[in-house]
Amino acid sequence: MSNQLSRRKLITTGFAAVAGVAGLATASRVAEHYGLIPPDSGGIWGPGATLNYAAQRMLMSHHSLAREFNRSDVSKVTPVSGLAPKNEIYDRLQRGNFAEWRLKIDGLVARPGLFSLEEIKRMPPRTQITHQACEEGWSFISEWQGVPLAHVLHTVGISPRARYAVFYALDDAWDSLDLPDAYHPQTFLTYGMNGADLSNDHGAPLRLRVARQLGYKSLKFLNRITLTDGLKHVGNGKGSISPDLGYSWYAGI
Amino acid sequence: MADSTYVAMPASQPAEAQDSPRHSAVVRLTHWIFTLSFFGLVVSGFAIILAHPRFYWGETGGKGGPSLFDLPLPTMLGGPSGWGRSLHFQSAWLAVIAGSLYIVSGVLTRHFRNDLLPARAELSPGSLREILLHHIRFKKPADDQSYNVLQRLSYLGVVFVVFPLMILTGFAMSPAITSVFPWLVVMFGGHQSARTIHFFAASFLLLFLIVHITMVILAGFTSRMRAMITGRIHPGKVES
Repeated sequence: MSNQLSRRKLITTGFAAVAGVAGLATASRVAEHYGLIPPDSGGIWGPGATLNYAAQRMLMSHHSLAREFNRSDVSKVTPVSGLAPKNEIYDRLQRGNFAEWRLKIDGLVARPGLFSLEEIKRMPPRTQITHQACEEGWSFISEWQGVPLAHVLHTVGISPRARYAVFYALDDAWDSLDLPDAYHPQTFLTYGMNGADLSNDHGAPLRLRVARQLGYKSLKFLNRITLTDGLKHVGNGKGSISPDLGYSWYAGI
Repeated sequence: MADSTYVAMPASQPAEAQDSPRHSAVVRLTHWIFTLSFFGLVVSGFAIILAHPRFYWGETGGKGGPSLFDLPLPTMLGGPSGWGRSLHFQSAWLAVIAGSLYIVSGVLTRHFRNDLLPARAELSPGSLREILLHHIRFKKPADDQSYNVLQRLSYLGVVFVVFPLMILTGFAMSPAITSVFPWLVVMFGGHQSARTIHFFAASFLLLFLIVHITMVILAGFTSRMRAMITGRIHPGKVES
């Protein structure tokens, strides 16, 4: 009797194991299909990063908006993490008030091109007063002026094959957003902060603003945006410079 | 299933059934998974604090502004907060999975109601005073099967008050989650208030851990460890 029971236990365990593996494989296929797997899902921190991203993408499927504040809530102290780049190109550009600077948009778009700061400022401007938290723990509230990235993407006409927008900066940093965040109404290309031009340390001439993620996703000193259908062949293949520095690609936290 | 009666019949002897385990298999399993994840959370939490060992009240706060208090720790920018954050979330997921299993099983098996909910008589001032005096005099607790009222209250408080507070203040610091549930952060009075409460609740849990381990040692380290590993207080009987 105990023999039969243990054989049964063995068979049941075997079935459970096979079902478990098949279930996991199916779950990962389904998750991949619905865009729930982040580019840095490999490695030892992959499980946590993937669960964070998948759980929050499902939670935010109705394109929730980050909280907005009043002008009276704007912080007097606005710390920075990482100063303006110290290289010849940036020096020359900022001496000329960024008149020579261009934003290059290419990749899977119908009308690739170069945009001057003046052209970007002529696009329909928007402002947001939002909270920005650094992964270190500090935070501030600012009013940001810029153009919604969605407007810029409509202008260049992105291909139906595009799945990510990759951003490059004058300080050699780079990062990327999936389309739900790229098209989010609070994702801006900003050129102004608290009523003035963006300061160099805050990311002049153009800074990405991603209201539903930590500050490090709001890449500064932009000079190029590329639309791609995947991130495996971009840079380190993990979607951003952050995983190389120990930080996750997705920073909705 | 023709032979499903095998499963329905109790496999153990009647004598063994009477000597039921002190801790159920689910409690033991989740206890040790939770131990692992709690260790990960404490180590990584400390690593995260090192990036900015200052605390604030309200929505915002940072370098160059006033703080509520500063911890006497070095500020390690670019230090361990990268892997710290990754370890924190990986451990948190493990803790939430183990914790959910523990809570669902505790409700279904009536573990909370039968073993942790204090009887009304135990909550009378007289009986509370008596048990407090017992503890203050470091009297070795009786080796009985049930928890005393102080244990019941502290376990219930940690499971149903402090851990939910940790999770909610953690959520309140996520710009993605608060975009869906803004009341989470409003309820705590702002992003930085939530961070500060998260720190105090974590400190309280560390204090609880120290008391917990001290009590285990005082009550008999070997027998309590055996109880949490094999389910039995006494050696020689391994739970089937």
